Amino acid sequence: MPARRPAQPYLNPYLAGVGIGVVLLLAFVVMGRGLGASGAFSTAVATGMAVTAPGHAAANAAYAAYLPDGPTSLFSDWLFIEIVGVTIGGLLSALLAGRFRVAVDKGPRVSVRGRIAYALAGGALMGIGAKLARGCTSGQALTGGALLSVGSWLFILAAFAAGYLAAPLVRRAWT
Amino acid sequence: MAPLAEFGYVGSAAGLFVALGLGIAFGFFLERGGLGNAVKLAGQFYLTDLTVFKVMFAAIVTAMLGLFWLAALGVVQLPLVFVPPTFVLPQLAGGVVFGVGFVVGGLCPGTSCVSASSGRLDGLAVLGGMVVGIVAFNEAFPLIAAFYGATPLGPLTIPQALGLPHGLMVAATVGAALLGFLAAERLERPAGAARG
Repeated sequence: MPARRPAQPYLNPYLAGVGIGVVLLLAFVVMGRGLGASGAFSTAVATGMAVTAPGHAAANAAYAAYLPDGPTSLFSDWLFIEIVGVTIGGLLSALLAGRFRVAVDKGPRVSVRGRIAYALAGGALMGIGAKLARGCTSGQALTGGALLSVGSWLFILAAFAAGYLAAPLVRRAWT
Repeated sequence: MAPLAEFGYVGSAAGLFVALGLGIAFGFFLERGGLGNAVKLAGQFYLTDLTVFKVMFAAIVTAMLGLFWLAALGVVQLPLVFVPPTFVLPQLAGGVVFGVGFVVGGLCPGTSCVSASSGRLDGLAVLGGMVVGIVAFNEAFPLIAAFYGATPLGPLTIPQALGLPHGLMVAATVGAALLGFLAAERLERPAGAARG
């Protein structure tokens, strides 16, 4: 194996933001809707439940709402296909920039096992929070933010306020 | 004439190709900006790296201004663009839970996909945790359904709620974002200078 190619520096954040803004604008103009992320996982989870325990999924509105076409809903779900695209786009960019690496991104003081535990716990909290709020940083903050939706801006303010308040408690994970 | 899908120019099958293409571009720019890196994202909450703020608000301002002008020029029928409905209390509570999860996990749902697909195992773990959280929410749904539907205001925008002109609110948001960018550059400077 040759020595690893040095990774390119990241793109200027304002340019990356304008790029994402143009993508979001295209979504509004072409589809009449914005981007999203957590909704794709709601559909994936509902599909998994519909396959393994169909009666259970049908009896609970939280699953049933994501299964308009039953267990095949996943492949006609706009957000799920969009998220498949997001993973492809992320992979492409990482490969082109020499940033693809099987590794764990973590703060200097936390163990790999600790970082994975934080990631699992944070993911679980975000899953619950995004369900309650009907969206995440993509569907609420970016999309609803650009549309000046009242609920989306309440979500943005609440999420950042809580993040800053909780940050000192998990400083060991990051600094 | 736009949104194109609302006027029948884009069918549901074509819409899925649009989803794939927009998703690829979205993921590409997220990774380009460094948002596949949990340490970089977490820096937002310790004020050492404000990339999250800069990318998010540059994106919001770009899409908001673009949509405002396309609507003003008559290209886009704004009432046909889907505005996520507001539910005050569940969205505040969801925001709080989500924000704590964000700083604990270091990635959000979209960026964890990018982190995972660029090889990072912590991104994969965030995705696994998210599935657990969604299942937990869904299993508890019969108990929290009332709260989930509480304080509904429908699709409501800030200018509508305040009775202000749309353009004024757009201008105010752009102004606030620009001030935020200036503040972000100042806050980052000492750390950047120390790093050389």
